[in-house]
Amino acid sequence: MPADEEEIYQEHILDHYEDPYHRGHCARPSHAHEDDNPLCGDEVRIELDVDPAGQIREAYFSGDGCCISQAAASMIVEHVEGKDVDFIKQFTAEEMLKLFGARLTPNRQKCCLLSWKVLQSAIFSPLVEADDSGNGQSGTRPAGPNLSEET
Amino acid sequence: MDALATLPLDPQALRADFPILSTTIHDNVPLVYLDSAATTQRPRQVIAAIVDTYERHYANVHRGIHWLSDQSTDLFEEARESVRAFINAPAREEVIFTHGTTESINLVARSWGDANVRTGDEIIATVMEHHSNLVPWQQLAERSGAVLRHIPIDDNGELILDEFDKLLSERTRLVAVSAVSNVLGTINPIEEIVRRAHAAGALVLVDAAQSAAHMPTDVQRWNADFVAISGHKMLAPTGVGVLWSRRELLDAMPPFLGGGSMIRRVKLDSFEPADLPAKFEAGTPPIVPAIGLGAAIDYINAIGLEKIHAYEQILTRRAHDVLADVGGVKIFGPPLENKAGIVSFTVEGVHAHDVAQLLDRQGIAVRAGHHCTMPLHKRLGVTATARVSFYFYNTLDEIDLLGRALADAKGVFRRRKA
Repeated sequence: MPADEEEIYQEHILDHYEDPYHRGHCARPSHAHEDDNPLCGDEVRIELDVDPAGQIREAYFSGDGCCISQAAASMIVEHVEGKDVDFIKQFTAEEMLKLFGARLTPNRQKCCLLSWKVLQSAIFSPLVEADDSGNGQSGTRPAGPNLSEET
Repeated sequence: MDALATLPLDPQALRADFPILSTTIHDNVPLVYLDSAATTQRPRQVIAAIVDTYERHYANVHRGIHWLSDQSTDLFEEARESVRAFINAPAREEVIFTHGTTESINLVARSWGDANVRTGDEIIATVMEHHSNLVPWQQLAERSGAVLRHIPIDDNGELILDEFDKLLSERTRLVAVSAVSNVLGTINPIEEIVRRAHAAGALVLVDAAQSAAHMPTDVQRWNADFVAISGHKMLAPTGVGVLWSRRELLDAMPPFLGGGSMIRRVKLDSFEPADLPAKFEAGTPPIVPAIGLGAAIDYINAIGLEKIHAYEQILTRRAHDVLADVGGVKIFGPPLENKAGIVSFTVEGVHAHDVAQLLDRQGIAVRAGHHCTMPLHKRLGVTATARVSFYFYNTLDEIDLLGRALADAKGVFRRRKA
């Protein structure tokens, strides 16, 4: 077995993978973005409910992929909830790798950093209100293309 | 143990020729190499041929009026003759050395394709093609205005030939198909596909990258028009591949890459192309990789492709049994009798990358991902699979180890679901 810091499948990470924090959708998302790693097929979507002052009221993720990609997404939405947009802007890739905990080879760092990239884009991706009759997720659509239809 | 006595070849004796297979990794775990569809390993006989060429015979080919160049040229042309015999080509000049299967296919798409394919024409590929036998045709379709169509597969991962018949028409110019799928392991009915394509007036390109090292290639029996082969998937170095085609087709095709070697004479504003095969071998060719390919063919011939294929079927059968025992494993591809030594699968609750990562800890090298077949994975309804692929140097024990390691991998996750 690898040394502790190299153990990808350690308790903390498996916890996030198998019992993730906020896997699902915001009731009233104001921002969202999704992306994938075409080479391995990992997909992550992050939805944010940002209040007018720029504070993250709620953060949710959804997606599909390896343990690292999905655990990292769970960790990052937990980490940024309650923080403000400036905090996210200053949250570096290096800090994301540190937050993840296990030391990763460059190839698997991509799995970990997918949700970090998605989050960085999400704060610049406000959702357009489609109509005001709908409730929750069906009433809002991302301004950009919906990649989930491609999978 | 009875089975061992009746194996068509002796894997332990052959393994001794592959130094890398005795490697231990991760603090003394023996390496189990189950990724030969990505690239095979090389026996010391091939490595020795490479070293010997560099140490004693190396110079540029077809150029120098000197002893060393003659030596190098002789070895290079002997390798061409080895390839000719290996694929039962009628003539040595029809064997073009390229830098790999990808270049071979691109050569056809660029040279034959640009000269012959027009707006409204159709090219037929299959949904199981490797990107290297798909993207060049997409590019050709874009350049020419032709339409690209795809033969679908059934749920066994076999081509639906009735649908192929519906796609064929007088507009079809070329059918591009792999002899063996690099994901499903499906052995495609090449002779039948060629017969139907020719009846419709279309040519056929066969991507033989996954078949050439594992079962006999007979370009005359196939009656195909273009056949592409990769060196590194058959014990030879990277950087060499082969394109075979019929002389009359190659003669009629314009050169692909321009440069040295491919010319007969050059003026300031024009050139005359050289005769075959030099016409398609611009620049200094992959001299030593080609010589290595010749040595690889000698090695494969000494074992015999029929025996290799028979042995791989035994390995594949064991893999199917072992994976079924693990439970929660879904195997993609056809029944065993129509399947090469390639098994792709998913494990319930464990992503393919985690499968590969956890197997690696036990020294087992497998591939995980889409294996350069994104459209096929979309058809299969999965984003990624794990793939094990075999060659004659793999053993039944290694496959049993795979089964135990997979059970362990499942345990990493399953224990927490309770």
